[in-house]
Amino acid sequence: MKKYLRMKILVYVLTFIFAVTIDWLIPRLMPGNPILVLVSRFSGLPESARVIYSYLTKAFGLDEPMWKQYLNFWIAFLKGDLGISIYLYPKPVLDVLKSALPFSLGLLLPSIIASWIVGNNLGAIAARRKRLDSIMLPTMYFITGAPYLWLGILLAYYFGVVLRIFPIAGAYSFALRPHWSWLFISDYLKHWILPFLSLFIVQLGGWAIGMRNMVIYELESNYSRYLETLGVKQKLIRKYAFRNAILPQVTGLALQLGTIIAGQVTTEVVFSYPGIGYVLTQAILNQDYFLIQGCFIFIIIGVLVANFTVDLVYMLLDPRVRYSYGGEI
Amino acid sequence: MNEMLFFAFRNKKLRIGLSIVLFFVFLGLFGPLISKYKDPLEYVGTGYQPPSKEFWLGTTTFGQDVFTQLVYGIRSSFLVGLIGGGLATLIGLIIGFFAGYEGGWIDELLMMITNILLVIPTLALLIILAAYLPYRGILVESIIIGFTAWPWTARAVRAQTLSLRVREFVNLARITGRSHLKIILYEIMPNMFSYVFMVFILQFGGAILAAVGLDFIGLGPTKGISIGLMMQNAVLWNAIQLGMWWWAIPPGLVITLIVGALYFMNTGLDEVFNPRLREM
Amino acid sequence: MLEVKNLKLYYKTLKGYVKAVDDVSFTVEDGELLGLAGESGCGKSTLGNGIVLLKPPMYYMGGEVYLDKQKLPIEDYEKMRNFRFTKVSIIPQYAMDALNPTRKIGKYIQEVLLSKGIEPESVINDLMERLTMVNLPERVLNMYPIELSGGMKQRMVMVISTLLNPSLLIADEITSALDVSSQKAVCLMIKDFKDAGIVKSLIFVTHDLSVLYQIADRIMIMYAGKIAEIGTTKQLIENPVHPYTRMLLNSLPEVGIRYTERLLKGIPGQPPQLLNPPTGCRFKDRCPFRGSECDEEPPLVKVEEHHVAYCWKVKANA
Repeated sequence: MKKYLRMKILVYVLTFIFAVTIDWLIPRLMPGNPILVLVSRFSGLPESARVIYSYLTKAFGLDEPMWKQYLNFWIAFLKGDLGISIYLYPKPVLDVLKSALPFSLGLLLPSIIASWIVGNNLGAIAARRKRLDSIMLPTMYFITGAPYLWLGILLAYYFGVVLRIFPIAGAYSFALRPHWSWLFISDYLKHWILPFLSLFIVQLGGWAIGMRNMVIYELESNYSRYLETLGVKQKLIRKYAFRNAILPQVTGLALQLGTIIAGQVTTEVVFSYPGIGYVLTQAILNQDYFLIQGCFIFIIIGVLVANFTVDLVYMLLDPRVRYSYGGEI
Repeated sequence: MNEMLFFAFRNKKLRIGLSIVLFFVFLGLFGPLISKYKDPLEYVGTGYQPPSKEFWLGTTTFGQDVFTQLVYGIRSSFLVGLIGGGLATLIGLIIGFFAGYEGGWIDELLMMITNILLVIPTLALLIILAAYLPYRGILVESIIIGFTAWPWTARAVRAQTLSLRVREFVNLARITGRSHLKIILYEIMPNMFSYVFMVFILQFGGAILAAVGLDFIGLGPTKGISIGLMMQNAVLWNAIQLGMWWWAIPPGLVITLIVGALYFMNTGLDEVFNPRLREM
Repeated sequence: MLEVKNLKLYYKTLKGYVKAVDDVSFTVEDGELLGLAGESGCGKSTLGNGIVLLKPPMYYMGGEVYLDKQKLPIEDYEKMRNFRFTKVSIIPQYAMDALNPTRKIGKYIQEVLLSKGIEPESVINDLMERLTMVNLPERVLNMYPIELSGGMKQRMVMVISTLLNPSLLIADEITSALDVSSQKAVCLMIKDFKDAGIVKSLIFVTHDLSVLYQIADRIMIMYAGKIAEIGTTKQLIENPVHPYTRMLLNSLPEVGIRYTERLLKGIPGQPPQLLNPPTGCRFKDRCPFRGSECDEEPPLVKVEEHHVAYCWKVKANA
């Protein structure tokens, strides 16, 4: 068990170092010297150009040797200095991201958890009802094939424009400031429901298909067959199959995270929802490189934390992992 | 083989999936020839026009023909799928084969790299790469997608190779002193053909989806047209709010149908290749 | 006592029915261990499994099975549920992964018993006693299957399958995955189970005749879905009459003989495929004594008391 954890942590630490290095390296490798491009964009505004230029030379430390630049990057990074946003000048990147993060998480976490639970149950039901299965399976395949953003567009068009039930832009009304009151919360939820639904529905398909296939696989496995030869009730066989089929779905959660985040980014753009994804797109459109890099790091950290959580949960659930690496045999 | 074809034709999932995909392949190939306008970006009429005889899928805010854009977009989507998905499959195969076949430190190193890249979301990597490339075409985009999407394939192929390499025919080849490359190419690869084919289909669909996402957030091709760009423009110019469903909805619908059909086809193929899954 | 009459079990495939068990009749007395042997694909495992768990793609095509004078509804999956485990039980070929990997073994047994409507407390003494019989410590009940070695898992399955004292136990290829020394231990344990009266009748399915030689009271040889020969162990070893049995025994390695001197004689040719088996004797294509009458269904020949063979070329002694 300890070895399993150690391996995982090693991979995560290396991933983190790799990601930060990429973040540092890419601007320096790419053709056309992005720093000059950056500065030239501000030449129209003489005073800020001067500030930016001095900041950039300091941040990139262009006159210093490469290893020193790399080291400086890490030092700044560990101090929480991710640079200054150009598009929202002079706001530090960290502040921009900090205020966007709650909105992203508020969409992401509920949609993942809800779709995981509902999808797994749907899949398990489909696995034992042939008729339902023959309708559900194709539907689910097309649902997983849908780009998140398209589902967002579809929902926005139908509920926001045709029916006019829900607002389709922002996380709350322009007139309001975030605060704790029923007025604000109900307003927030009204804005929240459509982006949540588009994330929820697309993810649902994947979980349902995965669970359906896993349950069928488990029901055909040897331990299920042995239970049949013992003539136990079908209920027990299904219970075991469901429990064991859930395990790969937990791992799947970690594997799917990348796609889900990508979906989240585009969904936020469709609904102009002020989360990390929306900030990222604004940064890209405005060529705000510090902000892009900051978003990248934020996403990586989020993914690492999520992966680690999934690992811990998985270890609690599956005795095979606990023992196969523990040398207790 | 004949038996395989027999099951392939009998399989409903495969038939339905393949028909949809082929329909769009033809639309992508011949659509530009039948559409009235040759340049998808040309302003050919007044803006805001719903579908009509003149403009089959209406026009954009600026008076471009949506149908023309769509068929060109389908073309570029298939191109991205082919190159991006193909490249990802190829890299995944090479890394998976060598890690699985060679074992030892090569395996450990390759798998460490794979696991690291598996944790990093592809889109995040794509963003950071694409953001710094000032000029991007569909080809560059496809290559970037190909270079970032391979890790899960590598891991799956490695697992398959591990189980194949202990089989008799591989041992036999090893005893006769064939080179590792030859064993992989002539002994292991043919036995995994069906599996590799299915992986490619998944990668194909994945690459199409990845490209849509990239284009949509503004990291797509800097010139030309793609489905993702169409959707980006539609959202950027408030097509939803203005009720221009003909501009906002069809591009995504096409992608959904293509990718969904690919996935659906893949389960059909799985049933054809694995007799155990065939319905009696 | 088990009586099987004209049992037919076919596998349904797209090309047609595979006649894996075709018109098979035999009996197993109380307190008897019947060895069931043959090459792989001869239908011996199908026969063993079909009596306990008959489900698609395996189909019931006729015949009856009586256990202790009571008819077993083997063709009815649901009705059979009440007989499984309590009356008929199997130690499956896949005993190594027959247990739920994510349940502690004690909990697993408890849940299985409750699902059968049996109070776990009522069999706890039997359980402990039998763990001792197979040399498993009590603490395995508190372990997950993965913590047990392959042999331990198999013995655990042996204990579970026999926990409710079934009248009939089928042991399906339980020695094939084990090394020689464990093979012997497992064989002796299973014989102990029978001798202690835990199970009344036992069918021991194996492809390895030498194992049967040590433990079986009687041996039944199957070939291509049909019975070739049945007799007591002594009769079959000393006086095999069916050409197939003879060749099978000839292909056994003997202790003390060096193989450089006498090459092992395999049986030339392949068993027929059971989709469209040849008419008449199914062994005729590989049989050195083949005659024209072999195109007809071979007769049952009673060689001596307890000893029968299905063959045209065998003469009755009695």
